Order: sequence, then C-alpha cells, then structure tokens
Amino acid sequence: MTLVKLFLSFLKIGAFSFGGGYAMLPLIEKETIEIHGWLTTKEFIDILAVVEMTPGPVAINSATFLGYKVAGVWGSVVATIGVVLPSIVIILIIAHFLSKFRDSPYVDWAFRGIRPVVLGLIVSASITVARNAFIDVKSVIIGVVLFYFLAFKKLHPILAIVIAGVIGAFVF
Amino acid sequence: MLFKMFITFFKIGAFTIGGGYAMIPLIQEEVVEKNKWLTTEEFLDVIAIAEVTPGPVAVNTSTYVGYKIYGLKGALFCTLGTILPSFLIILVIVKFLWKYRQNEIADKVFLGIRPAVAALIFSAVYKIGKTMKTTRTTLAISVVTVLLIVLLDISPIYIILVAAIGSIGYFRSKENKL
Repeated sequence: MTLVKLFLSFLKIGAFSFGGGYAMLPLIEKETIEIHGWLTTKEFIDILAVVEMTPGPVAINSATFLGYKVAGVWGSVVATIGVVLPSIVIILIIAHFLSKFRDSPYVDWAFRGIRPVVLGLIVSASITVARNAFIDVKSVIIGVVLFYFLAFKKLHPILAIVIAGVIGAFVF
Repeated sequence: MLFKMFITFFKIGAFTIGGGYAMIPLIQEEVVEKNKWLTTEEFLDVIAIAEVTPGPVAVNTSTYVGYKIYGLKGALFCTLGTILPSFLIILVIVKFLWKYRQNEIADKVFLGIRPAVAALIFSAVYKIGKTMKTTRTTLAISVVTVLLIVLLDISPIYIILVAAIGSIGYFRSKENKL
C-alpha cells in the first residue's frame, strides 16, 4: 500500500512541477512531510544537502533518496518511475504533435521568437549559478581559467568538472 | 546507435551536478558538437519545450532529444541513460555513505566544482550565441529575458509563451503586408 501511495505522490509531483528540480522541492515537501508524514523537516533538509551535491538531476536524486527512506529499494524504484513518467508521456505527445506540424509556418514563427528567449534563460541560469559559485578570489580564478579552456581550447566539460574537483580538494 | 545514445546520456547524467541547467553544456558538447545529432537551433527548441512542460527539465530534455534522434526507442534509451547514474549513486550513498555525510573533502571538492559549472554554462552561452543567427532584435529579446528573470523573478514559462504568441503575430502581419 505504501508503494502505491509513494508512486502516486511522485506521479503528482512529476506532473505538476514546472521549471525543473528546484521548483519541485516545495511540492515534495508538501507530499512527503505534510500530507503523508513520511519524513521530518530535519530529515528533509539533510537529504536536500546530499541531493544537491550528488551528480544527476535534482528531481531524480530526491525521488530515489526519499523513496528509499520510505520503503527501501523498491520505494526508490517506484518513486523514480513516478516522477519521470508524466514527463516522458507529455514530451512524447508534444514531440509527435510537433513533428507532424513541422512544415507549418506557425510552428516556425513561434520558435523564431522563442529561441532568443531560451538563450536569455541560459544566461540567467549562469548568473544564478555564478552567484553561489564565486565566493572568493580562488573560485573566480578557477571559473575564469576553465571558461577560457572550455570556450577556446575545446576542453571537454566532463574533464573540466573532474579537474575542478581535484583543484578544489587542494586549494580550499 | 541506441547503445551509443544510452552511453552518451549516461555520461551526461553522471556529470550533471546542480540541476537541469548544468546539463545544457554537456548536451551541447556531446549531442550538438561531437555527434551532430541536432543543430544548435533544434537544441534551443528542445530546451524551450522542456521548460514549458511539467516535470524535471533534465528528463524532458533527454526524452525529447532521444525522440528527435531515434523516435520512441531513442526517447526511452536516452531517458534511462540520464536517470540511471543518479539512481545508482543515490542508492550507494544511502546504503553505505550516509553516516559520512559531514565530509570535509567532499565539501572542498564541491567548492571547486561550482565555479566549473558556472564556467561550463557561460561557455555554452558563448558557443550557442556564436552558432545562432542573431540580429539586433533577437539580441534585445535575450537581454529583456535576462532582466525579467534576474530582476523581476518572472517564470520562464510566461516569457516563452509571450514570445511565441508575439512572434507568430509579428510574422503573420508581415506576411499579410506582402
């Protein structure tokens, strides 16, 4: 019964959160703490800290972690499937629909207006990340040097992350 | 092909640190530049759709990219690839490492990684801006978007919808004049 409830809770979270993992957190808090009482607020905050530091989408990390806390490995499986299922279904419907109307001028017109907005979105995201990342001179130097190699010297993003992690362990 | 897509998104999932947007530079590198599965414009369209639909941006993006490259099967393989690293890493952490969560070295590693993620996203902006066809109008739209989000905290969904409707209206009236 817990598994079914867990699945439905995360299905709801997946279907009603817009704008990615962080936008999802208030919903997760409501479902797991207020409605079902599966966790205490303190446990939730502890889990958040780990979720943010772990690789992978925040939404998946939270679902896997909370699912495990509530009902073990099967809880993880069920919560994770629940949180991704609405996305997959909705995106497939939209993708199918859009590919049918690919030659419609309306679709083309809409996207010509949207593309510069998306570029703006990514710039805003980088500003948000930069605010939390650049806390002192060392972190600014790491960021600027890596930007140079990423943008002009074809450094692979994954390699950049690994290098930065190693540097971080030594200089901070 | 499907296996290659799975491995690519597994890599992307494993190195996305700090939420959906951190994924953009990795997808840009692997999907647009290295494998040329999508053009920059197609990639931007995918991000727009991922933003306006509910659910994790990372899952939306990988499902859509997968569908564009290889249909339904592509969507499933890419999404599974993105999810699996998170899922496995979190399980290992809760089962074995939970008691070490106050770890000094891990904290330091992340202090180093954060500026790297910022650098990654800036470089993605640089590369996308370089390959995208920009005019004075599109540049103005991008700048206004940044101001609306950073200063007024307006949800991206509304900005995308307004841009879509405005753009359709603009091109339609232009067409009618001809």
